[in-house]
Amino acid sequence: MVETLTPHLPNLLWWVPLLPLIAGGIIALLPDKHGRIASKLAIGALFVSCLIALAALACSLTPKEVEAFAPVTWFTFGDVALKVGLLLDPLSASMAAMVTFVALWIFIYSTGYMADEKRFGRFFGFLSMFCGAMLMVVLSNSLLLLFMAWELVGLASYLLIGFYFEKPSAAAAAQKAFITTRVGDMAFFLGMIWLYSQTGTLLFYDGGNGLLESGALASLAGATTVGGLSVSAAAGLLLLVGAMGKSGQVPLHTWLPDAMEGPTPVSALIHAATMVAAGVFMVARTHPIFANGGGLTVPLTACAWVGGITALYAALVAMAQTDFKRILAYSTVSQLGFMMVALGTGGVAAGMLHLICHAFFKALLFLSAGSVIHGCHGEQDIRKMGGLSKPMRRTFIAYAIGMMALSGFPFLFSGFWSKEGILHSAQTWAGGYGPFLLAASAALLTAFYMTRQALLVFFGEPRKPGVHHPHESPSVMLIPLYVLAAGAVLLSLIATPIWPWFEKWIEGESAVFDGGALSHGLGLIALSLGIVTVGVGASWMIYRKPSENSNAPDPLAGKLGPLWNFLERAMGFDALYEKAIIGPLAFFAGGVDMLERMLFVPLMGMAEGLIKGFGRLTGATDESGINRGFNSLCSGLKQRASSASRSQSGRPQAYLRSIGLGMSVLLILYFWLSAR
Amino acid sequence: MMLLSLILLPLLGAVLLALQPRLGAKGAGQFTMCWAVLALLLAGGLGCPVMSSREWSLPWIPDADIALRFSLDGISWLFLVLTGLVTLFAVVASLLNGKGDRAYFALILVLQSALFGVFTARHFIPWFLCWELTLIPAYLLIRLWGGTGAPKAALRFFIMTLGGSAFMLVGFLALQLAIGTMDFDALGKLAANHQLAGGLEKAFAFTGASGHTLLTCVALAVFLGLAVKLPVVPFHAWLPAAYAEAPTPVTMLLTGLLSKMGVYGLLRIFLPVFPEVLPSIAPLLSWLAVATVLLGAMAALAQTDLKRMLAYSSVNHLGYCALAIAAAAAVQTDRSALAAALSGTVLQAINHGVIASTLFFGIGILESRSRGQRGLNDFGGLRAQTPVFCGLFGIAVFASLGLPGLSGFVGEFLIFNGAFALTPAAAVVSVAGLLLTAVFLLRMIRQVFAGPLKPSLAKWQDLGTAERIVFGIAILLIAIPGIWPQLLLQFSNAGILELLDLLSPLP
Repeated sequence: MVETLTPHLPNLLWWVPLLPLIAGGIIALLPDKHGRIASKLAIGALFVSCLIALAALACSLTPKEVEAFAPVTWFTFGDVALKVGLLLDPLSASMAAMVTFVALWIFIYSTGYMADEKRFGRFFGFLSMFCGAMLMVVLSNSLLLLFMAWELVGLASYLLIGFYFEKPSAAAAAQKAFITTRVGDMAFFLGMIWLYSQTGTLLFYDGGNGLLESGALASLAGATTVGGLSVSAAAGLLLLVGAMGKSGQVPLHTWLPDAMEGPTPVSALIHAATMVAAGVFMVARTHPIFANGGGLTVPLTACAWVGGITALYAALVAMAQTDFKRILAYSTVSQLGFMMVALGTGGVAAGMLHLICHAFFKALLFLSAGSVIHGCHGEQDIRKMGGLSKPMRRTFIAYAIGMMALSGFPFLFSGFWSKEGILHSAQTWAGGYGPFLLAASAALLTAFYMTRQALLVFFGEPRKPGVHHPHESPSVMLIPLYVLAAGAVLLSLIATPIWPWFEKWIEGESAVFDGGALSHGLGLIALSLGIVTVGVGASWMIYRKPSENSNAPDPLAGKLGPLWNFLERAMGFDALYEKAIIGPLAFFAGGVDMLERMLFVPLMGMAEGLIKGFGRLTGATDESGINRGFNSLCSGLKQRASSASRSQSGRPQAYLRSIGLGMSVLLILYFWLSAR
Repeated sequence: MMLLSLILLPLLGAVLLALQPRLGAKGAGQFTMCWAVLALLLAGGLGCPVMSSREWSLPWIPDADIALRFSLDGISWLFLVLTGLVTLFAVVASLLNGKGDRAYFALILVLQSALFGVFTARHFIPWFLCWELTLIPAYLLIRLWGGTGAPKAALRFFIMTLGGSAFMLVGFLALQLAIGTMDFDALGKLAANHQLAGGLEKAFAFTGASGHTLLTCVALAVFLGLAVKLPVVPFHAWLPAAYAEAPTPVTMLLTGLLSKMGVYGLLRIFLPVFPEVLPSIAPLLSWLAVATVLLGAMAALAQTDLKRMLAYSSVNHLGYCALAIAAAAAVQTDRSALAAALSGTVLQAINHGVIASTLFFGIGILESRSRGQRGLNDFGGLRAQTPVFCGLFGIAVFASLGLPGLSGFVGEFLIFNGAFALTPAAAVVSVAGLLLTAVFLLRMIRQVFAGPLKPSLAKWQDLGTAERIVFGIAILLIAIPGIWPQLLLQFSNAGILELLDLLSPLP
């Protein structure tokens, strides 16, 4: 089967991103009333994409050289042809399979969740475009194509976050998401053109001439720039800023929690398979540039620290949130931080493993959240829930699997192994213990806040005032939950230290079953176990008997005092940006406008006066007949010009004046010349 | 001969209109629309390989080497097609909004004739005649059919452009005196052999200045004339008022075509004629371009009148063209970076012409539905009421902020590519312009289309069939070159390569 497929892959692979994109385009032209057709079209297109992606995955399972398909020339300028193409290696194959698979179930779930929506079809059009763009990011063999798809991902997320555009808060969140990520995008853009001007190519792999191959890497390492950085380090830092915007790393993370304004399936898609994964993936894809030169490079160190700080920051903030989805949003920020730590300290494999496992369990958690919110008639405040495990037993089981995977419950769940892998690489990192300590504390807090959420939502008694008559969701929403739950568990099979298949596959080697590996990492496994136990235990102690009154303050609020408020406000980033950026920007814009009115317009008035005056002066000279006997050139010119203007306008004077101005200067020159 | 007939065709239409005193406004509009279609077809047809005669020349004053010489290559052709398209677009927009009368449409045709001339003339005299000829219809169109502030704005526009032109005229006359020709191609060849500075030094020996200084003065004078039109800061102050006060279809012409005259001049005349002194004035040009990019974006951020905001946005977008020209002026050794900058300039000029006129077309629809309102806060929630309009307008907005897949992106990518390699600091600072563009354009979308629907807008109709077709075609013209930029580049590339050979001869 694999052998028969392989020769067709170069052509087939294009259809993986194109099918959803085309479906999105067709849906855009469909009238709103054909919503059901739109959803079938979107799901059908993605289903075919998913089949192709799985086939491609099967083809990439045997270890071999990176397969870069013959790039095509997109356009030519001067003597230069700019090429783009697709790429199939374990990294892109695993991502494409994950994105199509997770997104397919989110699509199916959405047909239930969005059933009452007026613009049902439109929604599926945007979803389709979102997935298509993300798949292009994943499969691209060119930094330029990746960037273009990356921007389209941004557009789709803008449209989806602002799906309920009538709500001013949704419109604001959409704008914030687009602009905040665009700050990162501009750094990415600069990094990209820098790489291009240094190496003359944007293809990743091109038979030895690609950006990520030895020749270009050597040239990048050889050239130095400001501050003694090599060009690859500087461009790497710029790319990192781009990834930080997309993947919600501090300080460009503020858009991600607000992105909750979109419908819940969108949150699931943004937080799991698309958008935020793009940033981490981009770092993984361009990792050779980050690691160029060997040892502790500047961009890798920055990546590790940014990730560590983000992981801890978001975990702290998540502790103090009360909105079901907002807690999950901050947990995404935090988990993305873990992935960055992994990429910075360990390598591509550890980061990608966590990315893929996270995609499954975070999609699961968001879809469960959607099911809960759906069942609670739109209520999102966890303080008003409680005891939901009885009326929503099936949702609860799915949620519990996701929650345990995210918290890192031992052995059975994928999250445990992927997080363990990250802690392992951070611990053995040559650059110090900082990222390790940050990540370990974040892991502890993760177990803590997820347990808090589970206890408050599903355990105990229903609270008052609270939700009336919660009900279970329809099976079209529950089946996707169980599929994703199965993924969240089964993925742990390929990622244990005993049989690190995924890691070896990404690195292009074959995995060997090694029972002894467990004993080398025993200390760290014990530590992971300890972290989870402490986190869950502490949370259990505090939240096992929550108040019956939903208005009661959080038990921790009293103990932490102002610190709690600080965390609740997400450490005040939004307020800070309002004061430090948005305000000054408006002020500065006003200043420029003032400059226009006070300086440029008056200056122009002066110039205007000068021209008018000069025109009058020369007009008078002109008429007195000095120019009689002028050479043929000038008279021809003048006749031509004046007759043209007289015939066209009722007001030839102004026109004549200017010609006169030119003439007179010429005249002065002429006399000057002839006098000599 | 075909070329000449193309240039004269719209003029003939104007004459025919003038001879029909009893033709009503609508009839005149329809006549003009047909005529504009004809001009577009003829302009497009000139691009076919079968059309061999793409040159027309008439010796006028042979003693002074003055000839009415017009010639067509790929780059010119792109600008001709743009002229045909945007003119047709503006005429249709006038018809749809019920604007204009017989004289109005006749003036648009005169303007089109002059523009055809500007984009094909290869000798200074015919070029300058056409250049100046654009001014009169444009002035009258703003003055007579514009808003309350139009007379003042129109006069400003007229005088400022004229002032710039005067300097340009003097510059070229100096070249005529010293070198004996004003033919662009001849000057380009002499310049490539470094003969202009020497010639000027000899002719103006009495000034005691070196040839280099003299040529720099001439180059700056020519630049001034082009810069006013583009416009480059600080010669831009006439623009916001003129764009805002002009009737919206005329604004489409101003931003879509008249500003392109400046880009075209910089690319086809300024760069090839003055390579000897370009490196020494490049830093000045660079920082003017950066100022244009940033000031345009910042000022747009402060506007509450949608037309003024988009006017400043045009300043910002054409600033990127200026940036690329300045970069090309600075360094001529890196051929591929030069090619990127110059190709990017052409793409940006053409695509901005389409995108900006589409945006103003959208504003025109808002204006006609709201009886002339166009404040940022006069609308709200329109997406619920007019989803098709919002969708199409939204695509144009995203094209304007450089979304990949739409036509704005490739030009900007190439420009920054070239500019970064040639003048890195200027390019890095200008990237902020790309970010700010997103800020003010998305704010516009949010204020006008999102949020709860304003009660006063509850009776609005979505786009009618005719509007849908026109808007849809415009969006296609934005989307297709975004996905397939080679469509445009294949025509410009030969011209770009010629320019490269002039600027940076292969060893």
